[in-house]
Amino acid sequence: MLKNITLGQYFPGNSLIHRLDPRTKLLATIALIAIVFVAQGFSGFLLLAGFVVACAASTGIHLKFLVRGLKPLMFIILFTFILNLFFQTGGTVLISIWIIRITSNGLRMAGFMAARLILLVLSSQLLTLTTSPIALTDGLETLFRPLQVIGFPAHEIAMMMSIALRFIPTLMDEADKIMKAQKARGADFETGGLIARAKAMVPLLVPLFVGAFRRAEELALAMDARCYRGGKGRTRMKQLKFQGIDGLAALVIAALLAAVILLNRLNLF
Amino acid sequence: MRDKIIQAQNVSFQYEDGAAPAVDDITFTVDRGEFLAVLGRNGSGKSTLAKLLNALLLPTAGELTVDGLRAVTEDDCYEVRKSCGMVFQNPDNQIVTTIVEEDCAFGLENLGTPPEEIRWRVKAALSDVGMSEYAEASPSMLSGGQKQRVAVAGVLAMRPKIIVFDESTAMLDPIGRRDIFAIAQRLNKEEGITVVWITHFMEEAALADRVIVMDAGKIALEGTPKQVFSQTDRVLALGLDVPGMMKLADRLRKAGLPLKEGVMTVNEMVVELCRLK
Ligand SMILES: Nc1ncnc2c1ncn2[C@@H]1O[C@H](COP(=O)(O)OP(=O)(O)O)[C@@H](O)[C@H]1O
Ligand SMILES: [Mg+2]
Repeated sequence: MLKNITLGQYFPGNSLIHRLDPRTKLLATIALIAIVFVAQGFSGFLLLAGFVVACAASTGIHLKFLVRGLKPLMFIILFTFILNLFFQTGGTVLISIWIIRITSNGLRMAGFMAARLILLVLSSQLLTLTTSPIALTDGLETLFRPLQVIGFPAHEIAMMMSIALRFIPTLMDEADKIMKAQKARGADFETGGLIARAKAMVPLLVPLFVGAFRRAEELALAMDARCYRGGKGRTRMKQLKFQGIDGLAALVIAALLAAVILLNRLNLF
Repeated sequence: MRDKIIQAQNVSFQYEDGAAPAVDDITFTVDRGEFLAVLGRNGSGKSTLAKLLNALLLPTAGELTVDGLRAVTEDDCYEVRKSCGMVFQNPDNQIVTTIVEEDCAFGLENLGTPPEEIRWRVKAALSDVGMSEYAEASPSMLSGGQKQRVAVAGVLAMRPKIIVFDESTAMLDPIGRRDIFAIAQRLNKEEGITVVWITHFMEEAALADRVIVMDAGKIALEGTPKQVFSQTDRVLALGLDVPGMMKLADRLRKAGLPLKEGVMTVNEMVVELCRLK
């Protein structure tokens, strides 16, 4: 039961996008999100969708994984679509039944918002599918490092994230073991209503938490023993380095922005 | 006289005011390059002593000098930790990162070592413990013994003069246990690293240069393994066992065989028995 919880959704690979510096990927994703907001017509959206799909295809990751990220947000996307469809006014009336009126403006706006949301999700999917959580953490730490002068705890947050990543599999294993031990004593985690199942989790969570605190204490000691004293004066073995492909990525993003602006001007559709 | 790398003079440590001291007024020294085993029942103060050596705890009384340093200020503590590394009991709770080589680099990163130097020192440390091929692996995929080797490499990369192993083999299977002990022995013999080996296994202690037995925060027995284990009754009274061969020799002696004192290993037993024939 616990085995199918995966961490993040990273797909290891060696494609061009996989090999980009995590900082490049983070910045490019932010830029892509901004470009999605710059686009003012479906021609722009079509171009962006084509770009995201082409990027995904180039990584060798199956499109279904890209699309899978939409599932949890389907409700929100549908909700905004319907809201816009029914409540936008203006343009020619297409359908009018009882008090419901669907106008051409409404339809356009609804499609517009849905396309935007879908593109936002797909862009961030592309980032998390091609970047390991630890690389993301490193990238975020380096990007936020300048903010440390105003007291932003970039190093501490990154350290916390990476320790969490390190210990999630360990704690999963432990939860699995405790669960088996409780099951052997007749505990039942699978049947009954929501409340009954939640109650059954208590004898699982208590030892898990106690164990986690003990681990945390020992880990802190082990870190102290290896001279850990926060981010000050600390170096890293793996230095993030921008390479040729990172410059190329910047150019591609710039070209994409230019194309979207051009499409806005042309006002095709 | 040999160079004393650790000197403890009337060292005590109390976790809380009024509580019984966990380490109680102990005085001892460790030679540079020595392999010292520390024995004692649970709660006898072994781990507390280990943490004192590593400046994770500071003595509440007495004087402790480690590699010429007395930890007073926080900076001293880091110096002490640099020259006295520590490998703990639970391999899962001392690995910090999600990649083996990054974990080995952790200590050096904390010291602000330049990236290039970290790179080759980590490489050397991993090959020293035979884990080179796992450099990019995730620790959660390794066996307990392999994790413990990674932990040793992490300490080794910092080039300590002393390594304290606090029951580092207690949670391992027999193969992992033998591995880690062999690595500690090799580091001691070949690289001259002083080893303080805290353990529950008498067979390991029997192979040390010297043994200290702790009881209730004090040193109850001290000497070479032969000197210590030949006092079978006292060792048993301290809640410990003696190595199997020693017990056998004791019983044979009681049964009337004139075995000489201090037979500890199977080899020595064989030699003794052949001599009698
Ligand atoms: N963090 C702590 N706080 C208070 N007392 C402690 C702590 N750690 C250990 N002790 C006490 O100190 C004594 C020695 O413990 P320890 O050094 O862990 O012994 P050993 O490693 O030989 O089992 C024990 O009585 C123990 O209860
Ligand atoms: Mg202990």
